[in-house]
Amino acid sequence: MTWMMMDTWIVLVGVCCAVACALPGCLLVLRKMSMMGDAISHAVLPGLAIAFMVTGSRASVGMFAGAAVAGLLTAVFTQWVSHFGNVDRGAAMGIVFTTLFALGLILIVRGADKVDLDAGCVLYGNIEWTPMDLVSVGSLELPRALVILGSVMFLNLGIIVVLFKEFRIAAFDPALATTTGYHAGVLHYLLMIMVAVTTVASFEAVGSIIVIAMLIVPPCTAWLLTNRLGMMFFLSAVFGALSALLGHLAAIEVPTWFGFDSVSTSGMMATVSGLMFLAVWIAEPRGGLIARQLRRSRSDSVQSS
Amino acid sequence: MSLFPAEISEVMEVLLLRNYNTRLVVISTLLLGVASGLVGSFLLLRKRSLMSDTLSHACLPGIGLMFILVTLGGGDGKSIPLLLTGASISGLLGVGMVTAIRNTTKIKDDAAMGIVLSVFFGLGVVFLSVAQTLGGSAAGLETFIYGKTASMVEQDYQLLLGVTVAAGVMCMLLQKEFTLMCFDEEFARSLAWPVHGLDLLLMGLVTAVTVVGMQAVGLILIIAFMIIPAAAARFWTERYRVMWILSGCIGGLSGWLGASVSAWLPRLPAGAVIVLVAGCAFLFSLFFGGARGVLKLGLRRHHMRRKVGRQHLLRGIYELLEDEKTFANTPVSIKQLYAKRSWTHTELHKLISRAKKEDHIEVVSGDRLQMSESGFAEAARYTRNHRLWELYLIRFADVAARHVDRDADRVEHVLGPELVRQLEAELDAVEEMSPVIESPHDLHSGVGI
Repeated sequence: MTWMMMDTWIVLVGVCCAVACALPGCLLVLRKMSMMGDAISHAVLPGLAIAFMVTGSRASVGMFAGAAVAGLLTAVFTQWVSHFGNVDRGAAMGIVFTTLFALGLILIVRGADKVDLDAGCVLYGNIEWTPMDLVSVGSLELPRALVILGSVMFLNLGIIVVLFKEFRIAAFDPALATTTGYHAGVLHYLLMIMVAVTTVASFEAVGSIIVIAMLIVPPCTAWLLTNRLGMMFFLSAVFGALSALLGHLAAIEVPTWFGFDSVSTSGMMATVSGLMFLAVWIAEPRGGLIARQLRRSRSDSVQSS
Repeated sequence: MSLFPAEISEVMEVLLLRNYNTRLVVISTLLLGVASGLVGSFLLLRKRSLMSDTLSHACLPGIGLMFILVTLGGGDGKSIPLLLTGASISGLLGVGMVTAIRNTTKIKDDAAMGIVLSVFFGLGVVFLSVAQTLGGSAAGLETFIYGKTASMVEQDYQLLLGVTVAAGVMCMLLQKEFTLMCFDEEFARSLAWPVHGLDLLLMGLVTAVTVVGMQAVGLILIIAFMIIPAAAARFWTERYRVMWILSGCIGGLSGWLGASVSAWLPRLPAGAVIVLVAGCAFLFSLFFGGARGVLKLGLRRHHMRRKVGRQHLLRGIYELLEDEKTFANTPVSIKQLYAKRSWTHTELHKLISRAKKEDHIEVVSGDRLQMSESGFAEAARYTRNHRLWELYLIRFADVAARHVDRDADRVEHVLGPELVRQLEAELDAVEEMSPVIESPHDLHSGVGI
C-alpha cells in the first residue's frame, strides 16, 4: 500500500463530511426523525435542478439555496400531510420524498442536454476525484470539496455550540422548550435546514446514501455508549472521523488481499461505520449483546440454584 | 386543427394497448401497482411504510455479492433468478437486523431502519465497485437502482407477472389473518396464531414485490408504489376491506396511467412519471377523499362549530330569561349576554347575525333581542339537554356540581334524541321537571365558559 498526498486529502474530506453530518445527526436520532435525513437527501433533487436551471451554473451558492429550500419544504410538506391528512409520519415522509425525487428526476432529464448533474453522482458521489479539483485559499491550494465541507462542518459545530442548551431541551421535550420560550418549531426547521445544507455539501464528495449513513450510524453508536448529550456529540464526531479514516484505508487495502483493485471509498466509509456500530452493539459493557447474554445466564443460574 | 385528432388517436393507441411493446410495459406496471397497493396497505396499517425503503436499499449487497460469486464461479452473473435470490436474502437479513436492533437496544425503529438502509447500501456500493472490475458485464446491475421500465423484455415481464399475481393471491387468501395482525397483534397471538410466521410471510411478500419492482421502476420509485396507493385509499373509506381493494385499484390505475403517459412522452424517465401520477392521485384523495379528506373534515368541523355556537347563544339567552324569573319569551339585552360566556364582540355579533338569518332570534330595538317562536323552543330543548347531562354527570360520574357546567359543555352538542331518551329514563326526570329542569348548580357562581 502506498499512501500519497492524495489519500490525505481524501481522508480529510471524508472526516469533514462525517463530522458535519454526525453533529446534526445526533439531534435527528434523539428526536426520532432519523429517516428525515433520508427523505431530505432525496428530496433536495428538485431544488438542485431548479437552482441549476435558474442560475445556469453549478456555482455553490445557488445550489445551496435551492437545496435548503427543498429540504425545508420536505419537512413542511411532511408535517402538513401527517397533520391535515392524519397520515402516519413515516408514510407521510415516504410520500413526500419519493414524489419530490421523481419531480427532480424529470426536471433533470428535461434540462439534461446541458447538465452534467446526473442521478448517479447524487447517489454515489466521487470522493476519489475530490483532490483533483483545487481552489486557492490565501496561499494554499486546497481541494474545493474540503473547503466547502470544512466550512459546513464549522458552521454546524458553531450552531450546535451556541444553541446547545436550546437543542437539548427541544430534543428531549419540545413542549417544555416551547413553554420556556425557545420556539421548538424554529429549532426544528433550523435543524432541517442544517441537514439539507450538509447533504448538498456532501453530495459531490460522498453521495447521498453515505450522507445518511454518517447522519445516523455514528450518533447511534455514540448513543449506545453514553446518555449525555455533550458526550454523544463528541463521540459521534469521533466515530464519524474514524469511519472516514478506516474506510479509506479499507477501501485501498482490503480488496488487494483478494486480488482486486481498490473499491469505492464512500461505500467503505458506510460499511466501516456499520462495523463499528456492530462492535459496540455486541460488546458494549452495560447493554451490549454479550452483557445481556451474560446477565440472562447469570439470572437463570440464580433461579435454578 | 388537423393535429388534434391525430394526437388523440395517439393517446388512445397507448391507453388501449395497441402497440405490443407498450402493452408489455403498461400491463406489467399495472400489475405491479395492484400488487404493491395490496401489500402496501398492510405495511401502512402496521406503521411500517418506510420498511419498503429500508428493504429496497438492503437488497443491493445481495445483488452485488451474488454477481461476484457467480461470476468467479464461472457462471452467468446476470442470471436474473440468481440475482433476485441474492436480493431477497440480503433484504430479509436487513429486515431481521432492524428488528434485532430495535429489540435489544434503546435505538428506535426509525434509526434502526436508517442504520440498516445506509450501511447495507454502502456495502452494496462496495460490492458493485468490485463487480465493475470483473469485466464490463456488470453494467446491467445499475438497472436495479434506476429501473428500466421502457426497456423491459419478455422475460422480465413473465417474472413480474408471476410474482405480482402470486403476491396478490397470497394477500387475498391471508387477508383476514393479516388484517387482524395489523389491528390487534396481541389478540391474534392469544388465538394461537403464528404471528411471527405471518409477519415473516408479510415481509417476504413485501420483499418479493419490492425486488421485482425495483428492476422495473427503480429503487426509489418502488417505495412510492408501496406507500402512496395505500395512503391515498385511506382517505376514501373507514372500512378496511374497501380500503384494501381501493389501494390495489389506485396502484393499478397510477401504474396504467403513468406507463401510458411515459410511453407517450418517451424522453421522460418512466418510473418518475408513474410516481408523479401516483402523487397526484394522493393529492386528490387528500383533498377530496370521501371519508377523511381535508375538505370533508373541514366541512364537518365547520358545521359542528356553527351548531355549537348556535346552541351556546340560545342557551345563554334562555338562562337570562330564567334569571329574570319570567319564563316567558321577552326581549333581553345583548350586553347581559357577554356575562354568560367568554365571547368576544365579533364572535357574539357573528352568532347573532347568523341566528337572525336562521329565524331563531330578532333584534327588537338597538341592543335588545328576542327569540322567535321556534328559537324559544330550540333554546328550551338545548338547555334541557344540557341540564340532563349535568344531572347525569353529578349522579353517576361523581362530578362536583361546581365543575359540571364545563364538563357537560363538551358533550351536550352531540347528544342525539336516542341518548336524551336514555338519559331521561336513567334520571326519571321526565314528569316532574319537564319541560325544562332547573340547573343543578348556581348559575351565577362560576364564570361561564
